[in-house]
Amino acid sequence: MDFELMINSFPKLLNATLVTLKLLSASLIFGLIIGLCFAILRINKNPILNKFAYGYSYVFRGTPLLVQIFIIYFGLGQIDYLRSTVLWVILKEPYWCAIIAFSLNTGAYTSEILRSAFQTIKPGIIEAGQSLGISSKIIFYKIQIPIAIRQSLPAYGNEIILMMKGTSLASTVTLMDLTGVAKYIISTTFKPIEVFIVAGGIYLFITFIIHNVIKFLEKKYSFN
Amino acid sequence: MNIIKKFSLGVLITLFLSFSANADKIKIGTEGAYPPWNSKDASGKLIGFEVELAWTLCRYIGKQCEIVEQDWDGMIPALIMRKFDAIMAGMSITAERQKAISFSQGYADEVASLAVMKGSSLEGMETPAGINLTKPNAAAKKALKTLTAGLAGKTVCVQTATIHQNFLDSGDVGKVNVRTYKTQDEVNLDLASGRCDAALAAAVAFSDYAEKSGKPVVLVGPTFSGGAFGNGVGVGIRKDDTELLNAFNKAIDKARKNGDISRIATKWFGFDASM
Repeated sequence: MDFELMINSFPKLLNATLVTLKLLSASLIFGLIIGLCFAILRINKNPILNKFAYGYSYVFRGTPLLVQIFIIYFGLGQIDYLRSTVLWVILKEPYWCAIIAFSLNTGAYTSEILRSAFQTIKPGIIEAGQSLGISSKIIFYKIQIPIAIRQSLPAYGNEIILMMKGTSLASTVTLMDLTGVAKYIISTTFKPIEVFIVAGGIYLFITFIIHNVIKFLEKKYSFN
Repeated sequence: MNIIKKFSLGVLITLFLSFSANADKIKIGTEGAYPPWNSKDASGKLIGFEVELAWTLCRYIGKQCEIVEQDWDGMIPALIMRKFDAIMAGMSITAERQKAISFSQGYADEVASLAVMKGSSLEGMETPAGINLTKPNAAAKKALKTLTAGLAGKTVCVQTATIHQNFLDSGDVGKVNVRTYKTQDEVNLDLASGRCDAALAAAVAFSDYAEKSGKPVVLVGPTFSGGAFGNGVGVGIRKDDTELLNAFNKAIDKARKNGDISRIATKWFGFDASM
């Protein structure tokens, strides 16, 4: 075991963790917006909107994230027409391709998490609001959405952790995130065990933080 | 009951036979994604210069061989962890790699080159046809300056953990934006898509891609050898495995004397890349 290498690679890996965290936070923000929109479509009575939202979540939950990121990065890059459009400004950059893939993926899972949370809200709560003469719009924004978010916290916490681990796939499209830099160090030192132990430790620490923040929020917004 | 007994006995015998057969086999690791050095045909069979050369060398060594596939970026760690006994994967002999593993004498050498898509602003750089970086002469130094100016602020793509990446990281052509990929295929794809302003690899890797894909990939600047580009391609072997190292060195001597290496090289490269 080469402890000196572990110590020397730590600052470089910590630096790369910033890229990982940037990818994660951007994807989670976009993913939450996408997820909320599609969850609302899923509980919509209109069958076309409903089927559309279901199709989206089915496709993105049913295929591996690696395949999605490859299709968006290498696949779309092969379409000559696309390269002449303004879209190419974004798709040319591996960073945006990764964020698009991650956001669409986590958005699909988030929409399912929020949908089931919406559906577990007891009708009595909504009826109580109606009996007080509150408009259905305000019931939705002030009652249903907050309850749904609280209900979905445990499942969503898991999704954040899964997404955090998923960002390691960014290294397959040339990004120098935590995994990418770890692989780079290994390519010059040929010592995968030491470097991956340090990188794994950093991932574990991020998970630890996320886990505790979610636990704290669950307690704070507990119904009891 | 009897069937189960017979079946388990059969399994045991098969296992035993396969273990004993494996004991004396030389396992050779290759990437299978770097034509014409090593690649795969449509059916997934490993082919290429090094695959054919490996069989020839094994015949001279007089042992059975098995060629296994391994991703490029894990090649040296896999050798060290005994997943196979030798590397034949277009791996250049460099001082950096020699810290971790031994190399046989070189069996082939081939120059590296930059490639761009036709119409790139990098076309028409005035440099000599080839430069050697081991002891760069005045012309080579001037060529590096021309390249530094031409590549400033450009994105240059390479396969990860290669001599080509080492060269770009060395700063000999200034600070370029280096992007690394797992395979040469991916480098080629992104060169064609326009995400890379230029790419650096073995010159034959680009001509092979241009020929197969029909894409207008052109080589620019000088061809590179020496220095960060190492001293030819050899068989990578674990440091403690001197017996196998000697066996490969002797086999390469024989294969060279009998003209096998240059014959196989000419077949796959279109020119004699043997050394």
